[in-house]
Amino acid sequence: MTAPAQPQATASAGGSPPSAGELTAMLRRMHEIRFFENTVQDWFSRAIVRGSTHLYQGQEAVSVGVTAALRPGDTTTCTYRGHGTVLAQGAPLDRAFGEILGKANGLCHGKGGSMHLTDFSVGALGSFAIVGAHLPITAGAAWAAQLQGTGAVSVSFFGDGAANIGTFHETLNLAGTWKLPAIFVIENNLYGEYSPIASTTANTRLADRAASYAMPGVRVDGNDVVAVLDAARRAVQRARDGHGPTLIEAMTYRQSGHSRSDPAKYRPAGELEQWLACDPIIVTEQHLRRLGASDTELAAVRDQARADVDAAAQRALSWPDPDPADRLTDVWTS
Amino acid sequence: MTPTPTLSGSFAPAASLVELNYRKVIARAIADEMATDPRVVFLGEDVGAAGGAFKTTEGLHERFGERVRDTPIAEQAIVGTAIGAALMGLRPVAEIMFADFAGVCFDQIVNTLAKYRYTTGGQATVPVTIRMANGAGAGFGPQHSQPAENWFLNIPGIKIVVPGTVEDLYGLLRSAIRDDDPVLVFEHKNLFALKGGVPAEPDDRYLVPIGVADIARPGNDITIVATQQMRHRALQAAGQLAGQGYAAEVIDPRTLVPFDYQTVITSLAKTSRLIVVQEGPPDGGWAANLIGRLVAGNFELFDAPPALITSDPTPVPYSSPMEDAWLPGTDRIVAEALRLLAY
Repeated sequence: MTAPAQPQATASAGGSPPSAGELTAMLRRMHEIRFFENTVQDWFSRAIVRGSTHLYQGQEAVSVGVTAALRPGDTTTCTYRGHGTVLAQGAPLDRAFGEILGKANGLCHGKGGSMHLTDFSVGALGSFAIVGAHLPITAGAAWAAQLQGTGAVSVSFFGDGAANIGTFHETLNLAGTWKLPAIFVIENNLYGEYSPIASTTANTRLADRAASYAMPGVRVDGNDVVAVLDAARRAVQRARDGHGPTLIEAMTYRQSGHSRSDPAKYRPAGELEQWLACDPIIVTEQHLRRLGASDTELAAVRDQARADVDAAAQRALSWPDPDPADRLTDVWTS
Repeated sequence: MTPTPTLSGSFAPAASLVELNYRKVIARAIADEMATDPRVVFLGEDVGAAGGAFKTTEGLHERFGERVRDTPIAEQAIVGTAIGAALMGLRPVAEIMFADFAGVCFDQIVNTLAKYRYTTGGQATVPVTIRMANGAGAGFGPQHSQPAENWFLNIPGIKIVVPGTVEDLYGLLRSAIRDDDPVLVFEHKNLFALKGGVPAEPDDRYLVPIGVADIARPGNDITIVATQQMRHRALQAAGQLAGQGYAAEVIDPRTLVPFDYQTVITSLAKTSRLIVVQEGPPDGGWAANLIGRLVAGNFELFDAPPALITSDPTPVPYSSPMEDAWLPGTDRIVAEALRLLAY
């Protein structure tokens, strides 16, 4: 496979662009996710944590941009590469770390782990470890909102790999038929596990699929948080207005391998470097510079995020493990 | 919980009853729950405008409007949508037309529904009821006739009910919809014509608790445990045994998860002889599991080896002579009982 074309924003401009304050908040959240993932990567590489993990470095602008368009009461579902999405929605850093460490005070009390970060208190309905399994969950949350008239929107984040599993078709068809207030966000990072998209997918322009489900399909530069936010705001408005779902294909790049055990040696030479040059954090900083931010101010945002993440990691590391007897709870409601 | 078994015929709250068959009582039970709880919603293939492929849900769409929703032929979406709606506070009832089709949405049931609460450390409550037409004997062939309840037996997190009478279907389906945990309700399609009595008006006294067995016929000489269609064959066998002077006790567990072991143990303590009859292949099922657990935990209660009567380890055949032979018959139950009684 040849090196991919540089991602291009194809969503037309519209709406008011984010203010410097809003952009700074998004930059800070992206830094937090980046440092969080770097810490998790370090823990796994040093076998401080067992099992596997799937990292989000490089894709931060997708979750941060989309969740910035949401309001309280809206919900998300995401994949096992979901740390970034759950954090973007506002889950606490320390309890997210705690879950990955298997601590009693983790988000899921140590029952789920890296692939299942969930925080209902911020609308994060869950990270799913079965490819595509969460798409119909989002349809159900949207159906409830439609029936109850809450105006809430439900968003599902998933990879280009999940666009090839049956639940994608089943869910998008149902959502399009019922005009559900749902948004389907493909994080197209060009690889499904170890396989480049063109080797598994007949039409690699995944936004085209929206036409089959009578919904708009939008392809955006997933490394540009402003472009993502703009597309998400349009989709949210459409959903709240009762016009139904939208499919957003956010072009981005998985800077790490598929999982802990994957060094990603199958990537063509130069591809990673090409994408690192348009790292979503760099792109966001460029936006802020154009709005007048100084290098010192941008460094302060980064340093504060790093300090917060480090402190959260230390807290989580200090927490106690669960009592083995806790394994018996939460199977049933009573 | 210490379940108290019911005794068929002994339960008679003062209410005027109407006669309904096993097919018609389904819509009645769903309607009674939808009428009393606005959170109850219902979705599935052809369940609304068409009234259900088996005409089990006629009238619900007309009465409850958009709370009853026809879906595409998409079992994964049906179950997943029910789960998502449940997370937001609704109490969805999802229909999977034939229990065999649970294979299509096995992942949603096993990996998502059953584990959602556990995986999230108790954050999720998922009161989803999944109804499925179950079982053999109606000539539907290998992919529309399977008794599928055993597929889910060792997946912690889902309750399983297998009603064998009109009264139990009415009462257990309503209890399932009210339950805060996921419940699979297997409706045996070869019992659709069976008649029974339900209250003329919605009446909570006719709810049947999940996890409580029914002593379908009391007796002191031998215990026969059976569900759904096999319950009725066990009762026929008990009638024939009575003609030979033996009093068989027939127990219908009604719920497979959680299983009411105590009612069977109490009976076995009295009879010392046990037959378990299961529609479906022998291995990996509730019947062999029941025998294994009782032998391991209550060996001293047996005066004879327990008997396991099941279908053959084959797919369900289509042609009537083969399908009839595949299903355990009354004659097999009588013969095994006489063998154990003479042991």
